[in-house]
Order: sequence, then structure tokens, then C-alpha cells
Amino acid sequence: MESKAAAACVYEDEIRDSRPRFYALRYMSRKMVKDRLALYAFIFLVLVLFVSIAAPLVSPYDQATGDVWERLKPPVWSEGGSPEHLLGTDQQGRDVLSRIIWGGRVSLRVGFIVVVLAAAVGVFLGLLAGYAGGKTEIIIMQMVDIQFAFPGMLVALVFVMVLGPGEFNLILALAFNGWMVFARMARGLVLTYRNGPLVEAAEAIGVKPLKIMFRHILPNIFSPLMTLFVLEVARIILAEATMSFLGYGIQPPTSSWGLMIGEGRSYFPMAWWLVVFPGVAIALSVWALNIFSNWLSTVMDPLQKGQSAE
Amino acid sequence: MTRYIVIRLLNALVVVIGVSLLVFLLTRAVGNPVDVMLPIEATDEERARLTHQLGLDDPLYTQLADYSVGVIRGDFGKSWWQGTPALELAMERVPYTLKLSGIAFIIAIIFAIPLGVLSALRPRSWLDKITSTTAMLGICVPNFWLGLLLILIFANTLGWFPTSGTGGWRYMVLPSVALAVLPLGRITQIVRSAMMEQLRELYVVTARSKGLAEWLVVTRHALKNAGITIITMSGWELGRMLAGYTVVIEVVFGLPGLGHLIIDAINYQDFPLLQALTFVIAVTINLLNLIIDLSYPLFNPRVKFD
Repeated sequence: MESKAAAACVYEDEIRDSRPRFYALRYMSRKMVKDRLALYAFIFLVLVLFVSIAAPLVSPYDQATGDVWERLKPPVWSEGGSPEHLLGTDQQGRDVLSRIIWGGRVSLRVGFIVVVLAAAVGVFLGLLAGYAGGKTEIIIMQMVDIQFAFPGMLVALVFVMVLGPGEFNLILALAFNGWMVFARMARGLVLTYRNGPLVEAAEAIGVKPLKIMFRHILPNIFSPLMTLFVLEVARIILAEATMSFLGYGIQPPTSSWGLMIGEGRSYFPMAWWLVVFPGVAIALSVWALNIFSNWLSTVMDPLQKGQSAE
Repeated sequence: MTRYIVIRLLNALVVVIGVSLLVFLLTRAVGNPVDVMLPIEATDEERARLTHQLGLDDPLYTQLADYSVGVIRGDFGKSWWQGTPALELAMERVPYTLKLSGIAFIIAIIFAIPLGVLSALRPRSWLDKITSTTAMLGICVPNFWLGLLLILIFANTLGWFPTSGTGGWRYMVLPSVALAVLPLGRITQIVRSAMMEQLRELYVVTARSKGLAEWLVVTRHALKNAGITIITMSGWELGRMLAGYTVVIEVVFGLPGLGHLIIDAINYQDFPLLQALTFVIAVTINLLNLIIDLSYPLFNPRVKFD
């Protein structure tokens, strides 16, 4: 116990080194309990994650089949609602709560896969640009700049029009528009190490360039990238919801928060619960991810410690 | 300065060509749009004739050459869906979307700058806490959902504003508010952090110690220095609004802007119209970025373009 506390102190003293360390987990958990908002956000995220993974077990009804006799029932506390359907039913008599649970599964899955793809490509290109320099850097960064000036939404819509709507194509479209954020950040971070003693030492003993990039530079720039990762998942969840809302994302009968709002719109405002609840689910998840990302950046990046909102 | 502008314009040209080419290649990869355009009972002969008319049976490089020559002359061909020149169709919608985005952007700026400055001046005060939480909420709430909620509350329940469509100023209120909330949240956060950074600087201490009034220290010194960050990020927000957020807001409120036209063009697989739209939007965003970069010397005279 003593040694762990001491290690936490060492952690606090280090300025440049931003590697995540497992012995710092205790320090991090202490920080989290202090930062109430982050704690709530974290608990919420864990809850959403758990419910999404266990959707087949916890969701009261099937997401795709409804009971026509139970159409458009309001939530339990409204007049005409029944305890069998806590958040009411939709136009096909499907249970709204079950669809939100299954929709969360889709949103998290899409968000996670898209950002993993985008981060893999972006971080690799960013590392390469920052480490190699010269023409490689100019070409890669020019590509990044071009992508930043792209009307992202338009390109995603055209992508889906071409490939046909569906989850896989949506993932491709969104990942195509997301990699450059990581590339730009990774490159910027590499530059602070490129000419430092760390890389110089590795080069001096003849470590291969790829190994320097991944074993020596990457772990040192990992935590800001981690923060960006969480933030990007939040952004992609919003983007997925928007695309599904417009009818170019997840296709029925699969459930998705954005799709639920899009479908429920025709019965709006009478059946307000079809639109309100999925929106709350989106907003809360995105909010929790944002708060968590903020917390992560203050805890993992020692340079920002002074600014943490404890 | 002139050299800088020329280089930037060339850069913008590369981007516009890049986006146009991407959309061109993507659209040619679609199955045959003729299937969407003709009724199901159309014969193979009819299909073949229309395919030929649209030039879709030419080899790809011929299509690309025709397209490029057309673009240089400002001719994107006729919209398949409307039968009128595609560029005109797209340009007709530009003023509407600019107006909507402009109003939303002004709303965002008017609230974001004072709120961001005030919370940077009193970090961790109740004002800062409320502002930060609201800003965060603004970022997290999906704007199409917010639009629907605004319709539910202010149009259907209270009846203050119309639910959708166009007309007088009343029709602009709900869409511009729904559109403004996200940039409002982001810009508030940016202003706050940029101001906090500036207020720690030594020149602020100097300005204060020579007895300058606090509001002058804040506006003339700190805010002006934070200006570059604020205007760059705000410009990005405006760009995202024009090329993204307006699509869904215009759909929710049934407004005849560029965004709605994008959705129509995609639904009808109208390639010429899509290409014209891509071109118009890419040019707008790039011009916007250039204007922002050129405004830097207003905030920091040390910025030189060379």
C-alpha cells in the first residue's frame, strides 16, 4: 500500500511522461471519486455498456416484433400507459424500452468500430508523417488538410447512397471522415519527441524505424490520443444518430436511437415518447462520454493537472 | 500577401477538385441510376436508351473528360430530377441556407462570447458552473432532436411559432435556435479556455498594475489576443453548419435550403445535381477558411503572410 502511494507521488512529479500506468489506477480512482460529475458519468457509461452487451437478457421484449393490439401505448406514468411497457410502445406495438436497449448496442458498436478504424489509420499516418518528415510528411499532411476542408456529411451521404444503406457501409463512411483528426493530433505529438533524447537513443542503438514509432513514441503519446478516442466515439454516436434519422444509417427492423426518432417523427407530437426517450438516451450517452474524456485528460495528462475541476 | 492568397487559392482549388473527383467516382460506382428514374415496368430498350442519353454507357474517362470540360465552363449539366441546369438549382438554394446559418451563427456568437469571457473571469463560480454545464449540454444534444422538441413545445403546445415551412421571421426562429445551440456550446468552451490562457499572461498583470480599467484589460487586451483562436474555431463551426448541420435542420423544419436539396438529390440519385452541390459547398467552405486566415492580422499585427 505504501509503495503504491509513493508511486502515485512519483507519477504526479513527472511532467513529460504521459504513459498510462496501471499502478496509477488507484490514484485515478481517487481522483474520480473526488470529481463527482466524472463519477456519475462513468457509472452511467458502465451501465450502458453492461445493458448493451446483455441486451438479449435484460431487454423485456424483442426489438423487431410488436403486438398490433398494443400500438402507440404511452409510458407507464401517463394516462393509458401500462406497467408492461414502461416507456410505451411504437406504431407497430414494439416496446420502446427494449428498442432503446438494443439501439444502444448498435450506437456503441458503430461508435467504437468506426473510431477504432479511424484511429488505426489516422495514428499510423500521423506517426509516419511526424517521424519520417520530408516529402512523406508534406503529402500526408496535405491529405489531412484536404479532408478537413471536405464537407464531411455530404461525402458520408454520397458514400451510403453508393454502397447502399446498412451498418457496415455506415461504418465505412464515418471512418473515412474521421481518420484525419487522429493523424493531425498524432503528428503534432510526435514532433515533441522526434528530436528528443528518447528517439536519438533508440536510433543510436539501431532500433528499426517502425519499432521506434510503435514501441518508443506511441506509448508516450498514448494518453492524449486516448482522450481524443473517447471524444470521437461521442461524436460518431451523434453522427450515426443523424444518418439513421435521415434514413441513411441503420435500417429497420434493427433498432437505433436515431432511427427511432426518425420513425417516431410521423407520430409526433401525439406520440411524443417515441421521439423524446431515444433523444434522451443519445444526449446522456454523449454527455457521459464527453465528461469522461475531460476527466481522462486531466488525470492522464500531468501538464493539465492544475486545471482539473475537482 | 498576394502570394499567400494565390497559394491558398491554389490549395482550395486542389480541395475542390479532390472533392468533386471523389463524388464523381463514387457516383459512377453506383448501380444504374436509370433503375430509379424509370418505372418498374420499363422495357430493357427504354432503359438502354436513357442510359445512352445520360452518357452512362460511355467509358469512365470519356465521362470524366466531359464532366471536367463542363465544370470549367460552369456547366454541370441538367439535373435529371428537375430537368433544369444543376448549378442554377443549387445556387438558388444558397441564399436561404446562408441566411439560416448566418442567423444561427450570430445567435451563437452573441451569447457565446460574453458567457465564455465571464466564466473565464470567475472560474468555478456559479456562473461558470452553469455556463459550462449548459455549453456541454449544447454539444451533447442532437440538433434534430432539439428541433423536434422545440416544435413540440413552442409550436404545438404554446403555438408561438409555426411548426415548419417558410414565410416571415417567425418561421426562422425555431430552426435558427435549433441550429445555433451546438456551435453556441462549442464556441463558449473555446472562448472560455482561450480567455483563461490569456488572463494568465504577464501583459495582463502589466495592464492591471498600470491601473487600466478591468473591462479594458479584458476586452482590449485579453479578448483581442484570444481572437485568433476564437475566430478560427468559430469559422470551423460555421463551415460545419453550412455543410452538415443545416441538412438535418432543414429536413426537420421542411425548409427549402441546400441541405434539403442534398437529400433530394440523393433520393433521386441525381448525379449532376449532387456534383453541383458538392462544388458549391466545397467552394463556400474554402472561401470561408481563407477569409478567416486573412483576418488574423486584425488580432495580431505580428502575423505576416509569406
